[in-house]
Amino acid sequence: MRVTLDQDKCCGAGTCVLSAPDVFDQDDDGIAILLDPTPPAHLAAGVRDAATRCPAAAIRLEAE
Amino acid sequence: MTTTPRHVVIAGASAAGLTAAETLRREGYNGHLTLIGDEPHLPYDRPPLSKQVLAGIWPPTRTALRSPDDHTRLDADLLLGRRATALHPSRRIIEVDYGEHIEYDALIIATGVTPRHLPQGHDLTGVHVLRTLDDAHRLRTHLLQRPRLAVVGAGFTGAEVAATACGLGLDVTLICRGPAPLAERLGGDIAHLVGQLHTDHGVRLRTGVGATSLVASHGRVAGLTLTDGTLVEADAVVVAIGSTPATDWLRTSGLDITDGVACDAYCQAAPGIYAAGDVARWHHPQLDAPIRLEHRTNATDQAITAARNLLGAHEPYAPVPYFWTDQYDTKIQAHGICTPGAQITVVHGDPAQRSFVALYSHDGRVTGALGWNSPRELRPYRELVAHPTPSEHATATGGP
Repeated sequence: MRVTLDQDKCCGAGTCVLSAPDVFDQDDDGIAILLDPTPPAHLAAGVRDAATRCPAAAIRLEAE
Repeated sequence: MTTTPRHVVIAGASAAGLTAAETLRREGYNGHLTLIGDEPHLPYDRPPLSKQVLAGIWPPTRTALRSPDDHTRLDADLLLGRRATALHPSRRIIEVDYGEHIEYDALIIATGVTPRHLPQGHDLTGVHVLRTLDDAHRLRTHLLQRPRLAVVGAGFTGAEVAATACGLGLDVTLICRGPAPLAERLGGDIAHLVGQLHTDHGVRLRTGVGATSLVASHGRVAGLTLTDGTLVEADAVVVAIGSTPATDWLRTSGLDITDGVACDAYCQAAPGIYAAGDVARWHHPQLDAPIRLEHRTNATDQAITAARNLLGAHEPYAPVPYFWTDQYDTKIQAHGICTPGAQITVVHGDPAQRSFVALYSHDGRVTGALGWNSPRELRPYRELVAHPTPSEHATATGGP
């Protein structure tokens, strides 16, 4: 799985950090940070959840 | 449902409808899927309309929720620019405009809300509401002519439109029925800070008054009169006085549509019928009360649960409500319920510095947490709202 994050769209809700704390963090302004653009398989469910729940549709997933 | 449906119809193709469709596919549903949306556009996101789109920072296309490839992969019949007009639950038929009857095995209602209008005057040139991409385009086109703008209503939409228009350098009057903008959402003390934010930027804030009528001149709006008898001159008026659930099409369905589609704790309205998003009023199992939320995150979260339950998951929907608003350079975010009447305790930062986290509590229980320009600092407090503890504990230990 390959993850891309559009920081310009991010609204700083932090939903992604709750869903996949090993893959996302937030900077001081709350903007999401992508820690791992190719997360291991065991984190995939959380990352998919983060992408679905992101209230700004800022996370995109591509299967590798 | 005990048997997998062959045809799922989703009425509404915005955030909730789209999320429901994607969740069904992710959960393994591979039957026929139909999405009906009354707007001509592919599913798009609404929160940017009053901000990035109205300001001209984003082209409207940037609000698209998914790419054309994503829609191809979803493999759904997308009926756009089509309106659901009636529902017959006993025959499992949804009527769509132009007389089309569509049979379904299961239905998700996600038709959202419609902006409320003033009793009259919406036919005048220069009177706007803001709900759709087309509304945003019309309003932006008008704002580029640099009108004097009056915004009626100081909820999320009204306050954000005022902030954006002010950022464009316009002369803005914000008309607020309560004591301050967002007072019903944030409580008076915090709402007064929002009011200050607007006046600091030069917005004329009129509080404790509503609009009585729009004033016309040669078919155009020229201003409006207020409940205190005063006149506000304006060349453009945005009416942002709340919304009503888009349930007109369900009037003869037999469903309970008192303030939205009534659902149980599982987002189910009737056998084979679920609802999600702004239009759904459901029984929140933890609050033990029916609630309806017009928040962006609720559209997504509730659609996920509704879709999973349609496929048999039987999960109660008990979210921690979340909303945010961006006005000027300020981001306000809240988890839980931050109603007026709560005791408000600042647990981080300082309101005077315009950066803080505040907890809302009732009877010693924390019900909400609000962050003002403090997204990182706020996040840990969500847990406190999800699993409330006595607020003395939270404040005594400095929180999580």
